[in-house]
Amino acid sequence: MANFTLTINGEQHQVDVDPQMPLLWVIRDFVGLTGTKFGCGIAQCGACTVHLDGNATRSCVLPVSAVADKQITTIEGLSTEKSHPLQKAWIEHQVPQCGYCQSGQLMSAAALLKQKPKPTDADIDTAMQGNICRCGTYVRIRKAIHSAANLMSDATPTNKTGKP
Amino acid sequence: MTKPLQQPISRREFIHLSALTGAFLGLGFSLPDRAQAGEKSIFKLTNDNPVPTEITPFILIDSTNRIILINHKPEMGQGTWQSIPVLVAEELDVRLDQVEIHMATADKKYGDMGVGGSNSVKGSYMHLRKAGAAAREMLLAAAAQTWNVPLIDCTTKEGMVLHKKSTKKLSYGELVEKASKLDVPKEPKLKDPKTFKLIGKAIPRPDVPLKVDGTAQFGIDIKVPGMLYASIERAPVFYAKVKSVDDAKAKTVAGVKQVLRSERKLNKNTFYGVAVLAENYYAATQGRKALKIQWETGNNTQWNSQTIYARMKDLAQAEGKISHSTGDFDKAFLAAPTKLEAEYKLPFAAHAPMEPQNCVAHVQADKCEIWAPTQVPDWAKGEVAKYLNMPEESITLHTTYLGGGFGRRLFFDAIMEAVHLSKQAGVPVKTIWSREDDMTAGPFRPGTYSSLKAGLDAAGKPIAFQHKVVAPSISYDNFGSKDPSQREDEGAMEGIKDSAYEFAHAKYHTIYAETTMPLGWWRAVYSTTTAFAHESFIDEVAHAAKKDPLQFRLSLINKNTRMKKLLTFLGEKSGWSKPLDKGWGKGVAIWQFFAGQAGHVVYVSKLNGQTKIEKIVAAIDCGMAINPDNVKAQVEGATVMALMAALKDEITFEGGKAVQTNFNNYRMMRIQEIPPIEVYILPSTDKPDGVGEPGLPPLAPALGNALFAATGKRVRQLPFRMEEM
Repeated sequence: MANFTLTINGEQHQVDVDPQMPLLWVIRDFVGLTGTKFGCGIAQCGACTVHLDGNATRSCVLPVSAVADKQITTIEGLSTEKSHPLQKAWIEHQVPQCGYCQSGQLMSAAALLKQKPKPTDADIDTAMQGNICRCGTYVRIRKAIHSAANLMSDATPTNKTGKP
Repeated sequence: MTKPLQQPISRREFIHLSALTGAFLGLGFSLPDRAQAGEKSIFKLTNDNPVPTEITPFILIDSTNRIILINHKPEMGQGTWQSIPVLVAEELDVRLDQVEIHMATADKKYGDMGVGGSNSVKGSYMHLRKAGAAAREMLLAAAAQTWNVPLIDCTTKEGMVLHKKSTKKLSYGELVEKASKLDVPKEPKLKDPKTFKLIGKAIPRPDVPLKVDGTAQFGIDIKVPGMLYASIERAPVFYAKVKSVDDAKAKTVAGVKQVLRSERKLNKNTFYGVAVLAENYYAATQGRKALKIQWETGNNTQWNSQTIYARMKDLAQAEGKISHSTGDFDKAFLAAPTKLEAEYKLPFAAHAPMEPQNCVAHVQADKCEIWAPTQVPDWAKGEVAKYLNMPEESITLHTTYLGGGFGRRLFFDAIMEAVHLSKQAGVPVKTIWSREDDMTAGPFRPGTYSSLKAGLDAAGKPIAFQHKVVAPSISYDNFGSKDPSQREDEGAMEGIKDSAYEFAHAKYHTIYAETTMPLGWWRAVYSTTTAFAHESFIDEVAHAAKKDPLQFRLSLINKNTRMKKLLTFLGEKSGWSKPLDKGWGKGVAIWQFFAGQAGHVVYVSKLNGQTKIEKIVAAIDCGMAINPDNVKAQVEGATVMALMAALKDEITFEGGKAVQTNFNNYRMMRIQEIPPIEVYILPSTDKPDGVGEPGLPPLAPALGNALFAATGKRVRQLPFRMEEM
């Protein structure tokens, strides 16, 4: 056992755990944030994707001892009030079916848009191929990422709609 | 009383409505300002049914106009969180965004809570509408009494009753107390479907926002005080038993609390293991790794895929059980100048839902509480009660969101297993299966082996057709049979014996193949294998007859106008009659079975030695589409699941166990592999039919048929590799 101070979604958490414990289980069982999911345990499905200093990372194979000095972001920290353009697009396109993989899908997509605000289909293929969806929502995931990219590029300092 | 809601309503009054439907249906009204404190319930029965536990509150309204609709059909991605409450909301005249939707705790009073067979909407369509309509009529009558005006002058709008001749209006909440004292109308007037405001519209699913920020609660997310986490080392061979356990090292792992024998009841079968219970899941997995177990494996190590299929091929020579026969096939085939014969080999499959099996169970001396992602809450509850020898009322089962079902969660073995462990441990236990556990423990979709024959007359007209399916039996494997000579699963004949195609002489039979691995219903069940054989062979016959495959199919359909119409619609929407680009091929397949009917047209190309799927067009006839956008989503998803089963990996067996263990060797489709998919819904005013499953069976044969058209190579087994075509 060892003490770690983790910075998750901007908040500090003290945990006393086995240094080999994957970050996934620390986040879920000790910090109590359950939006990040367990799917395979071998970094094959992407359900456990979180951001480490802004980069999409599979938390199921990452020992907690390796991340103590990093900024960790989980799905709960992606935005407040589902306000991230991807979350809006996910709702608009009714992407999720069972929803279990979608936290990971969104975190991978969010990391992509940070690097490439206007991704091509090939960019989406590269960034999203590590995330499995057994329900088969891929067609809508692609549409929603393009739609979110458009939302972000349309956003201007002036409020076009005039609504608050 | 069990708590049916996430936020329990402690005071309520129920009105019995069983007279309305004859089965388990009722209305509940919450009256916080009137009832006694605590859990006291007042039952008002409108007929002589003396069993208040049969009352089903689908609608709860309180005086503040808080309206709660109870969803009794578990949400696994198929959309019941919207498609079930919308049936009530339509007739009650409330918007979906003004109500709360709560999942029912398991109870027989809701009727069948199971989500399988693509039956949730089609099975609930009338009785949930009646529940909504009856409540609305009672609220209207209460308003008319209050205002002392004729009933005919009152109407409703989105949770309010309005007086047409004045500005008077009252909310449902203000009327609920008075309404609850009225007699329940036995035959409430239902809306003319032409006037539907919600049904038939693409209304957003209320569960979707919870699935974009991590707040949707799945079974794996449940935590209760004092809970231990369990990871279970499972027998290395199906049915093997534990001979001895050395748990000394496991118990030295920090956090490990107990090591227990586990048993997993999967209907009539039991599977064994050793469970490590710990303060956190990681510790449980580490303790599991440190176990030293001696197993009694028995004879099951001899089973492997090669011998299973060799045996099935031999069995295909037998006559088996004839499910349907027309004319005299044997005679007509013998006499036919042109004969075709083919055999098709189809694989076993795992469901592989993204959320591995899990369950939280807390067994106490006289009660048991369960939290589980299950497709069959009421069935599971009943079996747990028997297992624990407790009355059903002592079991509380909460259904969470399901991280995928696909038929896997029609089996509640993970619930039985957690119950078994919690009873021994004396504390709440949460089991989490590893992906390897989930993929290798079964139950599996059975592989099948098809033998087909067709005879054409001198004019090239098909006159004789035979399809024999050699299949392991899901029903016998799970439930046994009173008559040991009747082991065939009639499901293997779904879509075949009642096919839309008419032949003067036809024979359809099924032959039982014995197996030892656990078997289960997989989304669309046997049809996901047998449809490939049947619709590919129909294509072979069309080519032998030198006919266009779509026109050939149409020429075989006479009586089944529904399938004729669907195939015509699919032909139009897919542009079947248009000329193809060079190097392209197209294939078509349709399928009708217990779940409904759908079809696919697949376009492929072979250019510069590269074979590629260019486009997939799907058409479904689901009767009236309750939520057209969700119907499209389901068919898109079913198409992707069927692509995986056609093009990726199968489950094979070696030494009495499954070989494939995780997503590295049982590979899923990934985003870059998905071709364009178009889905069309046949416009229809028929009553709703199934949606979740029909989009699977026709995909693989349509793809195989397209590849034949493009490459001249006939695919007769799944899965196959595009690059080898």
